[in-house]
Amino acid sequence: MQQVVIANRLTDGVVVFLGRNRCWVESLDDCPPTEQTDEASALLALGVKAEEEQEIVGPDLIEVASHQGTLVPVKMREAMRARGPSTRTDLGKQAGN
Amino acid sequence: MPLLKNEAIIKELYTRVEGEDTLPDRGAVLVDLARWQADRSALIARGSEIGVRLTSAEAPEAIADDLSQLSLVALEFPAFTDGRAYSYARLLRERYGFQGEVRAVGDVLLEQLHFMHRSGFDCFEFSSDQPEEDWIIAQADMKVWYQPTGDKRPTATQLRRR
Amino acid sequence: MYEYDEFDADFVNQRALQFGRQVESRLSGKLSEDQFRPIRLMNGLYLQLHAYMLRVNVPYGCLNSAQMRKLAHIARVYDKDYGHLTTRQNMQFNWIKLSDMPEILLELASVEMHGIQSSGNCIRNITADEYAGVAAEEIEDPRVYCELLRQWSSLHPEFSFLPRKFKIAVTGSEKDRAVVKAHDIGLRLHRNENGEEGFEVFVGGGLGRTPFIGKSIRAFLPTEHVLSYCEAILRVYNQLGRRDNKYKARIKILVHEMGSEAFSELVEKEWAEIKQGALALPQAEIERVREFFAPPAYEALPEEDPDFEAQRKAEPGFALWARQQLAAHKRAGYAIVNVSCSPVGKPPGDISSAQMEGFADLADTYNFGEMRVTHNQNLVLTDVRKRDLFDLWKKLVALGLATANHGLIGDTICCPGLDYCALATARSIPLAEKISERFADPERQAEIGEIYLNMSGCINACGHHHVGNIGIVGVDKKNTELYQLMLGGSAEEDASLGKILGPGFDEDGIVDAVETVINIYIDMREPNEKFIETYRRLGPEPFKDRLYGAPA
Repeated sequence: MQQVVIANRLTDGVVVFLGRNRCWVESLDDCPPTEQTDEASALLALGVKAEEEQEIVGPDLIEVASHQGTLVPVKMREAMRARGPSTRTDLGKQAGN
Repeated sequence: MPLLKNEAIIKELYTRVEGEDTLPDRGAVLVDLARWQADRSALIARGSEIGVRLTSAEAPEAIADDLSQLSLVALEFPAFTDGRAYSYARLLRERYGFQGEVRAVGDVLLEQLHFMHRSGFDCFEFSSDQPEEDWIIAQADMKVWYQPTGDKRPTATQLRRR
Repeated sequence: MYEYDEFDADFVNQRALQFGRQVESRLSGKLSEDQFRPIRLMNGLYLQLHAYMLRVNVPYGCLNSAQMRKLAHIARVYDKDYGHLTTRQNMQFNWIKLSDMPEILLELASVEMHGIQSSGNCIRNITADEYAGVAAEEIEDPRVYCELLRQWSSLHPEFSFLPRKFKIAVTGSEKDRAVVKAHDIGLRLHRNENGEEGFEVFVGGGLGRTPFIGKSIRAFLPTEHVLSYCEAILRVYNQLGRRDNKYKARIKILVHEMGSEAFSELVEKEWAEIKQGALALPQAEIERVREFFAPPAYEALPEEDPDFEAQRKAEPGFALWARQQLAAHKRAGYAIVNVSCSPVGKPPGDISSAQMEGFADLADTYNFGEMRVTHNQNLVLTDVRKRDLFDLWKKLVALGLATANHGLIGDTICCPGLDYCALATARSIPLAEKISERFADPERQAEIGEIYLNMSGCINACGHHHVGNIGIVGVDKKNTELYQLMLGGSAEEDASLGKILGPGFDEDGIVDAVETVINIYIDMREPNEKFIETYRRLGPEPFKDRLYGAPA
């Protein structure tokens, strides 16, 4: 199972993922998933710390899978967060805004 | 934890007596409702000031007839989101006419101080590095009030009639 | 409508500045997210799937054109150029930044608006009949009491940390357009045998995961006691409402568990203590507020306008719209105009900045500068001269706001669902779009007639699915959206809760199922029988049999 940490950025609420070098990134493409349970727990702990430091809100581990060469969250809800509203494809990450 | 009353930090006068712990030889004590109900006469016989601490599940009706014997009622906020004690404080002041200290204890935070004061609390036990400054901040925000409570702040409706 | 005086203006400004301070405390870490959440919610700010969402109160659905233009401005500058009309007569914005909030609240305050108590475990925006003050069959204008309740409930020190949210609705008509029996408190303004004004009081209604129709606990409450009586209800609830389980914390559960009679006794006992107190409303105060809702400067007009009749004959599109969207006004020569914000194939209740501004202009030209928001996520112009209707219609067409589906199947109530909402378990907007497309033909919709289709993307029921004649609720079954169909609900004075018909359907299946239900109704209805009447006469069986197969 591949996992990443998802959250919302505190200042603007934008959905972010924990990427390399403990940086929060806006695209799942910039985010290497982990398959190790220990590593996943460590990443989540970083998320909790980032919440305490007023960087992000609501860190959560989510499952992702490769789909046509890109990473996609497995759960519908998280897929929506990674993409944007399905009724407005001109908005959100899918539209690059 | 600091105690704030009348805009200043005050010294704790009451010894907290948990459950059935031994009463101190002298001095003011703060006891639970069960202890008060069990040892009422003994507590009065001590001749010192008595406070009763109510949990958020204990309505002040239980001590309504005893209030002349009490100088303090402490109302617990087990979490700041548990708002029962706001009603209890209003009942103590406005229904039962309690003139003693009504103290907020437990999860007491700056952002709730104003609501508490409006409801009748006059003493606050809360964890802060700067309780006096927090008090000023908490009272500075809102200067218009719509609800008549026992706090004597004039409501917008009352001011309009003047 | 009500206009702020210096006290009201100071109040919202102070509150906006207070939130600025609190945002700073949050950003600097003085407030944790757990401590900050109730504060931001009590200012209308949620954190949803994609961003923060701001819900701006539209007090009992009343807006003026300056306010609508400000909402357009906020959508354009701080959001993504659109807003969403909610099922509680408010407007929400989906893409707000926390750091912009202090500025946004000051902008709103400049036009007498705010987000105070549009969320949180407190008394929410008071809702009302969208035809208040103008409906031909109205008994009394409820807005006077809505405003008095609004002020009383604003930052109430005792009731800001209730067990759960608390919603009050008020109507003054025989016909209930405010769903008063699905509210924590529902107030029905009427007159007693002596001709005096008073309220019938309902408590404990609500939808969500455990739906209840509200119970009448008082047949007649003199209007001067409305605040003290509500305070008594809230005080009982604040002390006794369950706090051990958030799903059982609404007043409806308390009323259900203790029984409405026992609950009513406690309320009456509490009320007896406070009814003569400071909350008793002097007649002068009621009259002071009533002046704000005095009728506008109506002209003396004949009931019928010959041009209007001629224009209807000449222009079939106008005739169709006029037949569907107008309601009877109490003044001769005027009409109430329902403006649908549920166009075919589009999200119900979404409105662009340009539409908001265009609509504000129309309100200025034709409607004394005012407008209403409805719980059906539409807009209303309450006071249009019949002779202006044709011009108004042409301009609504140009704005994309002339869909003729009021009270028809295309005019769905629909929550934001999983496209936006952090609580949702399934999407709802795409389904509303598909259903409105399936029934796009206006003639077919008109032939089906009056029907209310409500849908929610989870059991919390923001889309009021229990009280739709047809209700749909989306659930998540093993990471697939599944939609359950319920029939027989009503949100009006004959309020009832729909019943689930059987196993759920997938996204396409539910659209087909709705069509099947409609076809059965068309086949089996008696002349002039509405859908809900046919359903009540036949029961669920004919629908069940066709959808799931007759039992062997």
